[in-house]
Amino acid sequence: MTAPTSATATGSGPGGGPLVIRLAGVGRTFAGPPPVTALHPSDLEIRRGEYVAVTGPSGSGKSTLLHLLGLLDTPSTGSYELDGIDTAGLGDRDRSTLRGQRIGFVFQSFHLLAHRTAEENVLLAQLYNRTPRARRRAAAREALARVGLAHRTRALPGTLSGGERQRVAIARALVNGPSLLLCDEPTGNLDSANAEAVLTRFDDLHAQGHTLVVITHDPAVAARAERSVRIGDGRLREPGRPAVDG
Amino acid sequence: MARSVLPGPASRLGLRDLVAEALSGTLQRPGRTALTMLGTVLGIGAFVAVLGLTATASGQIGERFDLTRATTVTAGDHPSGDGLPPGVEPPTSFPPDTDARLARIDGVRAGGLWWPVPGAPPLAATPTGPDAGQGLALLAATPGAVAAMEPTMVAGVPLDPYVQESRQPVALLSSAAAERLGVSRLDAQPAVFVAGIPYTVIGVYSEVRRQPGALPGVIVPASTALERFGSPPPGGERGTQALVATRVGAAGAVARQLPLALRPDAPEAFTVVPPPDPHGLRDGVASDLTGLFLALAAICLLVGAVGIANTTLVAVLERTEEIGLRRSLGARSRHVAGQFLTESTALGTLGGLIGTGLGVVTVLAVAAARDWTAVLQPAATLPAPLIGSVVGLLAGLYPALRAARTDPLKALRSG
Repeated sequence: MTAPTSATATGSGPGGGPLVIRLAGVGRTFAGPPPVTALHPSDLEIRRGEYVAVTGPSGSGKSTLLHLLGLLDTPSTGSYELDGIDTAGLGDRDRSTLRGQRIGFVFQSFHLLAHRTAEENVLLAQLYNRTPRARRRAAAREALARVGLAHRTRALPGTLSGGERQRVAIARALVNGPSLLLCDEPTGNLDSANAEAVLTRFDDLHAQGHTLVVITHDPAVAARAERSVRIGDGRLREPGRPAVDG
Repeated sequence: MARSVLPGPASRLGLRDLVAEALSGTLQRPGRTALTMLGTVLGIGAFVAVLGLTATASGQIGERFDLTRATTVTAGDHPSGDGLPPGVEPPTSFPPDTDARLARIDGVRAGGLWWPVPGAPPLAATPTGPDAGQGLALLAATPGAVAAMEPTMVAGVPLDPYVQESRQPVALLSSAAAERLGVSRLDAQPAVFVAGIPYTVIGVYSEVRRQPGALPGVIVPASTALERFGSPPPGGERGTQALVATRVGAAGAVARQLPLALRPDAPEAFTVVPPPDPHGLRDGVASDLTGLFLALAAICLLVGAVGIANTTLVAVLERTEEIGLRRSLGARSRHVAGQFLTESTALGTLGGLIGTGLGVVTVLAVAAARDWTAVLQPAATLPAPLIGSVVGLLAGLYPALRAARTDPLKALRSG
């Protein structure tokens, strides 16, 4: 890899864990006219077990980074390795497979299917990744139990509080044992009490060794992470590290 | 397709999961599903009902026109009185050798002339006995006409050409007439008396296939009747009639040829009554009603398809967020397309099943109300739900394409 290595993260993370995310000179430009550079070429490394917050004001390029990390978008430049797999040049089939098996998404607006129970919403995550049918229900219940919702498996989203809904979404993200939990403003739609409950879950998951990337504009949320990356005007900066410029 | 470069299996969506997801999507909104299916239900229902009713009605026509009727041709006489002085009745138009001329027509099994004996002469068991002829028909008939009646002989023989030519005083009795006239056995050559003159009974019949007017009755040779009772009035119900038994399927041709075969010089003297053509009736029903209703059914199906396409498209637009979510959970674009395609196909199939059921019920109800035998052709009924599936599948193509092209980014942002 010939990309700049000046911003490789090794210091604050738990040292020798394998790399989950490795961005090398990754940038994203949207075709014009005029062309818009949403993310300047940036480097970022995240190791297994890290809890990283990506902060920045709206329009700073946070969403672009989230979509690139989540394989929902492809970088214009640079290379992105997920679990050591170079994602450049992968087709829809492989990108979908990686998304389904290695990334758990948590969205600001939960994205639960309103007509399905909490358990059925979690089951949905196992639909596309070859989980044997017989194992799905037990796995879904276990995931719900891990977010403290073992008693609400049959509840419809409409009967759940916002915090409970987000916990169902977290259970859905966890159920396939992903390498990475990618959270987009996970507390953005929650009041402070519910937000706190969700953040506590994140602390627990971090303690259990999960890798979390939380994208937020809320400094209080970012403060819970062990490592913070700032993004502004499409440039990634990590406090205490030299700025990365393309 | 690019080969996977990843270790381990790729994303997939099992058939069972696909169908379960599609059904779940369909059944979530039962009201909308029902309305969406309506067009397909009506179209398939109309299709099944029209074909079923056509088959049922055709079966009815087939039953009504049985084999005997289909092989019977009758002809009446309306002789021209032109050139005759007033008060003088014209002679019958039938030639004397009618039996032979009829027999020469291709397709004729037997044929001849008959008429009610004019003057209603008294019938009696003894020369001076009381008239026992009340309610008995006294018919004059040629041997060909008797053969065309196809009587079931319980004793003796029917008329033969000899008794006709030699004007024998003989008679055929129906079994009811024989009982009334006290004739029980033929070996003693019993006689019945018509206007006081003895006629030897040569045969007794129980049934006739044609000309049920001969039951109960007495038949005497046409030649004998002509000699003793004179000519029948020309034309009309009491006039001379031709009765022809044809081979199956030949009745139409025989009816067309009959006037020319009898009177090449005056074919217009006869009124020929061929049996109603069952094929013609069936074809008439098929061409008029069936064509119209099948066109309506096709329009219903088209409307149904548009309805399903519209609803599925609306569903795709409504569920953009769900599409994005599924993509984030590892669904490939083809999985998303497959799901919506399966949903529209399920809608069409369900509509087809319900429509087929309604169509069958309609056919059964109409048949029951009319006392008909319901006829449902498996070839038209069983594939009907599949037509619904095809309609649903076609209707879902465009919406599924739209779903597959939905950008997961935008979809997830819309929440």
